[in-house]
Amino acid sequence: MANVFTSIGDWVNERAPGMMPAYRKHMTEYYAPKNFNLWYYFGSLALLVLVNQIVTGIFLTMNYNPSAAGAFASVEYIMRDVEWGWLIRYMHSTGASLFFVVVLLHMFRGIMYGSYKKPRELVWLLGMLIFLVLMAEAFMGYVLPWGNMSFWGAKVIISLFGTIPVIGSTLVEWIMGDFLPADATLNRFFALHVIALPLVLLLLVVLHIAALHEVGSNNPDGVEIKKGPKGNRWDALKPADGIPFHPYYTVKDLVGVGFFLLIAAFIIFFAPTFGGWFLEHDNFIPANNLATPSHIKPVWYFTPFYAIVRMIPSFLGSAVWGVLAMFGAIAVLFALPWFDRGKVKSIRYRGTGFKVALGLFVVSFFMLGAVGAGITAEVIPAWFGNVDVTFWENLFGRVMTLIYFGFFAFLWAYTYFGWEKTKPVPERVTTHD
Amino acid sequence: MANEVVDHGRRRFLTATTAVVGGIGIVSAAVPFIKSWEPSARAKAAGAPVTQSLAKIEAGQLLIVSWRSLPVFVLNRTAAQLATLPQVDSRLVDPKSNGVSADQQPKYAQNEARSIKPEWLVIVGICTHLGCVPDFVPEIKPEPFDPEWKGGFYCPCHKSRYDLAGRVFNGVPAPKNLQVPPYHFIDDSTIQIGVDPKEAG
Amino acid sequence: MTKRQLLMKRYIFPVALALGLVVGSVPVQASEGGALPSAGTNVQDQASLQRGAKLFFNYCVGCHSLKYMRYERIATDLGLSEQEVMQNLNFTGAKFGETVVSHMPEDAAAKWFGKAPPDLSLEVRAKGADWVNAYLNSFYLDPSRPVGWNNTVFPNASMPFPLWELQGLQTAEMKPAKAGEDPAVEKLVLSQPGKLTPAQFQQATRDLTSFLEYASEPAALQRHHYGIWVLLFLAFFTFLAAMLKKEYWKDVH
Repeated sequence: MANVFTSIGDWVNERAPGMMPAYRKHMTEYYAPKNFNLWYYFGSLALLVLVNQIVTGIFLTMNYNPSAAGAFASVEYIMRDVEWGWLIRYMHSTGASLFFVVVLLHMFRGIMYGSYKKPRELVWLLGMLIFLVLMAEAFMGYVLPWGNMSFWGAKVIISLFGTIPVIGSTLVEWIMGDFLPADATLNRFFALHVIALPLVLLLLVVLHIAALHEVGSNNPDGVEIKKGPKGNRWDALKPADGIPFHPYYTVKDLVGVGFFLLIAAFIIFFAPTFGGWFLEHDNFIPANNLATPSHIKPVWYFTPFYAIVRMIPSFLGSAVWGVLAMFGAIAVLFALPWFDRGKVKSIRYRGTGFKVALGLFVVSFFMLGAVGAGITAEVIPAWFGNVDVTFWENLFGRVMTLIYFGFFAFLWAYTYFGWEKTKPVPERVTTHD
Repeated sequence: MANEVVDHGRRRFLTATTAVVGGIGIVSAAVPFIKSWEPSARAKAAGAPVTQSLAKIEAGQLLIVSWRSLPVFVLNRTAAQLATLPQVDSRLVDPKSNGVSADQQPKYAQNEARSIKPEWLVIVGICTHLGCVPDFVPEIKPEPFDPEWKGGFYCPCHKSRYDLAGRVFNGVPAPKNLQVPPYHFIDDSTIQIGVDPKEAG
Repeated sequence: MTKRQLLMKRYIFPVALALGLVVGSVPVQASEGGALPSAGTNVQDQASLQRGAKLFFNYCVGCHSLKYMRYERIATDLGLSEQEVMQNLNFTGAKFGETVVSHMPEDAAAKWFGKAPPDLSLEVRAKGADWVNAYLNSFYLDPSRPVGWNNTVFPNASMPFPLWELQGLQTAEMKPAKAGEDPAVEKLVLSQPGKLTPAQFQQATRDLTSFLEYASEPAALQRHHYGIWVLLFLAFFTFLAAMLKKEYWKDVH
C-alpha cells in the first residue's frame, strides 16, 4: 500500500516538480512559533468556515430561485421539501454569522499581538481586503431569501450610496437596475454572491496565506523567531523556537476544529435563528415594498458600522458625512500599521495606555453594535424611565463613535511622541502548552 | 531537552483512530448532501399515483398517460392482437420475461401478455436502449424495418422493436422488454398507475 | 503554573465561556418584547400537535392557508395515517401530497376583511409563539370595529374571532379616561362562558400555537432528533483530537 502511494507520488513529482516543495514550504517545513495560544485557532477556523460556505452554497444554488417572485418560496422549498435542505441552509446561515465571529476574533488577535506591524503590513492589508469583500458577500447573501428584512436591508444599504453628492441618485438606480430593489437587483446580487465575490475571496485568502508564509507567523510574545537562535530537533538551520506546522499545528488546529464544530452544531441543531440574531424574525415575512419592518436593523455583524452612519447628523444639506464616517471606520483599520508607531508588538510588553485604549476600543465596538441593533433604544427607557430616548441614544452612540476613532488617534500620539512605557521584550518565546 | 522516547505505536494508533473517526464524520456529513439530490417532496407529490378511466379507450386504441413525467402507454388489445403474441415468441430476447427482463415488470404482470388483465397493456413507453419514446405501429403488415411485422412498438431513434406486450426482439440495440409500472384496477374500468394491487402488497 | 491550571486556562475556561455565551444569549433574546406570557408550547408533544391540527383545520383553514405545508408531511410528522388526515383534516379536496391552501378566494377575502387573511406557514417564526398564543387569547367584543371584534395584543386587527364558541365572549373594561388620551383597555373579562372552561381554552390555544409553531419549521423535529447524536459524535472526535495533539506535542519543549 505504502509503495503504491510512493510511486504515485514519484509519478506526480516527475511531472509537477514544484508541488512537493510547495507542500513542504507551507506544511512540513513551515516553522511556526511554538507558543501559539487559543487566539491562533481562528485563522484555520476561518478557512474551515469558508469551505463550509462554498460547499453548502453550491448545494443551495441547486434549489434556489433568484427571482423576486420565487426566491422566498424557494427558500421554504429548501427548508421543507428538499431532503435535508434545512440542514444545508442552516449550515450556510449559521456559517455566515460564525464567519464574522471567527474573523473578528482573528483580527482582534492581530491587534493584541501587533501582527500587523512590520514586516507583516501586507498580511494585514490583504486580511482587511478579505474582511471588506466578506462584508459585501454577506450583505448580498442576506438579500437573497427576499424576506422583508432582505428587501429593506438592501434598500437602506444601497441608499447609503445615494448620499454621495451629484451622482448619488444615478448610482443608486444603477446598483439596483430599477427604482427599488427588484428582480434585476436580486439577479445581479445572486451572480456576485455565488461566483464573483467567492472567486475574489479565494484569491485573497491564497495571497493572505502566501504573504504570511513569506515573513512567518507572529506570536503572543511578538518575538521574531527568525532573528533568534537557530537549530531545533528537526532542522539545524531553522529557528530554535519554531516547530513544523505539520504535524504539530495540524493536530492542534484539529482540536480547535472539534470545539468549534461543537458550538456550530449546537447552534445549527438547537438554535438556528439564534434568537433572531442569525436569522431575523422579520425575514420570515416575504418582501413587501409597502410595509417596512417596525425594527429595521441590519444583521448583527453590520450593526457597529450601521450605528456610526446613524450617529453622524447631516449638515450642509447632505447626509454623506455619516456614510463617510462608516467607510472611515473601516479605512482606519486598513491604516492601523501606520497609526501604531510602537516598536513592541505584543500586548504582553506594551504600556498600560495601549491596554486601556484597546479595551475601550473593544467596548466601543460592542456598544456601537448595541446601538445599531436597537438594544439601547429598548434599554434606555427600561432603565431610566421616561427620558428623551433619541437624545440619550445619540449622545451615547456619539461618545462611542468618538472612542472608536479616538483609539487610532491616541495610538498614533501615544507611540509617535514616545509616551508609551514598554516592558523589556524577551529574547525567546516564553511559554507554550 | 528531555530524552523521551517517542511511542510510535501509540502515535500511529491515535493518528489512525482520529483519521477513521474524522473520516466517518466527513462521510456522514456527505450523506445529507447526497440525499438532497433525491426527488423532493414536491417532485414526489407531482409523481403521485395517477388514476385513469378506461371507459373511453376503444379496442385497439392506445392512450398515453403521464405518470412521474413518464409516458405510460395504456393499450386496449383486441383478441386478434393478443393472438399475435405467441407467434413471435421465437424471435424475442426474453419471451417469458424471466431472463434479462425479470425485473422489468411486477410479479403480477410476469406472464405472456405482461398484464393483469390480458386485454389491458400498461407499460412505460421509454425504450430500454437510450430512453426514446417508441412509436405505436399496430398494423399487421410488412414494414420496412420488419417484413414479418405483427404489430408492436418501434423506436425511431435506433430501430429497436417490441411486440404488442412490449417484449424486445432479437437483434436490436435495446436489451430488455419495456417496463411495466406498478398499477392495479380500482374497478373494472379504472386503473391506478403507481400503486401495486392490494394482494401483491 | 501546573499542567492542570494551564489546561484550565487555555481550554476549559474559554470553551465554557463561549458555550455560556451561546446558551445564555438565546433566552435573553427570546424574552425580547417583554410583557407577553410564555406560550408554553412544545413541538415534541405529538398529542398536542394533533389537537392543534384539528383546531386549525376546523376553525382557521377556512380563511388561512399553510401554503408551504403538505398534508402528507403533517401525517408523517404527527403520526397520523393518510386516511385520518384526508378524512378528518382535509376539507378542501386537495390531494395527499399537496399543500394546505385555503379555499377562500383572496380577492373576496380582501373585500370582506379589508385585507386578505395572511398565510400562516411562517407566522410563529415571524411573530413568535408567545405573541400568537397571546393574540388568540386577547379578542374582545368591540362594536366600533367593522367585524365587531378587537384585540389587545394586535389593536384594530381586522380578523373576526372564530374560536369564540370555545372561549366564550370577552368584553373589555376600559381604564378611566384621561383628558386628551385615547381610551385604553384595563383588562378583559369573560362576559359569557363558552364550551370550554378558561383552563381548557388556554390548553386549546397552546395546542393550536404548537401546531403553528411546528408548521413554521417542520424540520425542528428532525433537528432535535439528530442534533444530540451529532454533538456526541463531535465530542468524541474532539476528545480523540486532543489525545492526538497531546501525544505529538510531547516532542515540543
